[in-house]
Amino acid sequence: MTLERRKELERSKKRSEKIAFGTFRAMSLLVVGILFVILGFIIIKGISVISWDFITKMPEDGMTKGGIYPAIIGTFCLIGGSMIFSFPIGVLSGIYINEYASNGLVVRFIRLMTNNLAGIPSIVFGLFGMSLFVNTLGFGDSIIAGSLTLGLMTLPIVIRTTEEALKSVDNSFRQGSYALGATKLQTIRRVTLPIAYPNIITGLILSIGRVSGETAPILFTVAAYFLPKLPHSIFDQVMALPYHLYVLATSGTNIEESRPMAYGTALVLIMIVLFLNLIANALRKYFSKKVKMN
Amino acid sequence: MAKIETVDANLYYGDFHALKNISMKMEENTVTALIGPSGCGKSTYLRLFNRMNDLIDSTQISGQILVDSEDIYSKNINVDELRMKVGMVFQKPNPFPKSIFENVAYGLRVNGEKNKTYITDKVYESLRQAALWDEVSDKMNKSAFELSGGQQQRLCIARALAISPSVILMDEPASALDPISTAKIEELIHELKKQYTIVIVTHNMQQASRVSDFTGFFYLGELVEHGATAKIFTQPNNKQTENYITGRFG
Repeated sequence: MTLERRKELERSKKRSEKIAFGTFRAMSLLVVGILFVILGFIIIKGISVISWDFITKMPEDGMTKGGIYPAIIGTFCLIGGSMIFSFPIGVLSGIYINEYASNGLVVRFIRLMTNNLAGIPSIVFGLFGMSLFVNTLGFGDSIIAGSLTLGLMTLPIVIRTTEEALKSVDNSFRQGSYALGATKLQTIRRVTLPIAYPNIITGLILSIGRVSGETAPILFTVAAYFLPKLPHSIFDQVMALPYHLYVLATSGTNIEESRPMAYGTALVLIMIVLFLNLIANALRKYFSKKVKMN
Repeated sequence: MAKIETVDANLYYGDFHALKNISMKMEENTVTALIGPSGCGKSTYLRLFNRMNDLIDSTQISGQILVDSEDIYSKNINVDELRMKVGMVFQKPNPFPKSIFENVAYGLRVNGEKNKTYITDKVYESLRQAALWDEVSDKMNKSAFELSGGQQQRLCIARALAISPSVILMDEPASALDPISTAKIEELIHELKKQYTIVIVTHNMQQASRVSDFTGFFYLGELVEHGATAKIFTQPNNKQTENYITGRFG
């Protein structure tokens, strides 16, 4: 090969390298850009109505004035409620699938089912929740019916998260533990789970983020159109941020006037999700450190 | 009476015949080195003695595998108890993500030991036995991950010693370590054989000749030759053994 030819090939290699790299970078910048546009749009439109009163007062004047306090509280009730249902069931079955069950037909079936569960549209969960929890079990439109429906919907995410987190734990840790005479349960409790905690917790909190933004599953099971008081029991209805947003934007008493309130509600919802993600990060760091220290 | 003995031990991974009619005896307080090319079955053979192969699906075992004249694959054997008697050190140092102290205390804790003084004494004693005490005595609560690779491996040895085994299995314990750390581990093996029966798998011929009293050469799942290390390394009976030891194949 002549020197000239070699240089030419070298140049062409560099050129493709540059084009590929440039494309990748442009795409990722585009993603970041879109995110900023959405955030900026919501902030600019919504910031004007944000005030202490907005987040601590009941809605007034056909939801065109006042605040969104009951919807915030309602959303937190639903987050808490769905966590109580989905976390223990999901984490325990994730442990079972990854640590106990041998990789046979049963596990493949369970995995297929959880994947299918994850693929069901959320409105179908809403319909199912209404039929089972609201009507058949007689809970009525209530926090418990909504929480169960949301919990059911996040179950596959929780199971998957737990499974993936456990799978990423190096087998040498398990073997080291067995070699010292530890049982399977001891190994899981003292070695495998502590190593997997940071990832499990991050996944769980991200699933909460999902719960807080869902509208369809709560539509028929818990969400109230207008309810300017706080719930007294788990059998009460509540307002919730995503549904409130929908109401303000499409079916309020005066849509034009309530539009800024809708953006304000969206901003609060985004802030809650963002805040949860920050907590997820902090907890993950905390647990990663703790795992190494103990 | 042999400490460890196998009579016609066979092991299958599914259809693969990984160990073929292995009969071998290992005396108490000796070091036996298992050598042979990769995939010859030496690690699989080692893992028979603490039933680590149980963790792999679809393994089938036949023949007799005896520790202290007891068939360790018989139904009434408690595997956790067996593993307390037969400790193991792995190829890659695998300390738990816990403090140095808790790593060594782990085996005692999982086996139900609650007495704090006993645990502390045993942890310190094990660290001394593993020749690690001087380097870690002032950082018991530091993470084991802060130690160097060689120190981590000695920590794993201390961890195995803490539950007072009588046999220690070592699966290429120095293959991931630098020469100085390797020398320390070998020195340690010399010390430990006064109290323990040691079986070590190694790829390193010099290491086998330095640390062991007896050597077994494995090839394609068979025990080709077994005898005193001095004999195997100077006048092997078998041509294959000679070729392997002199580096002509493997």
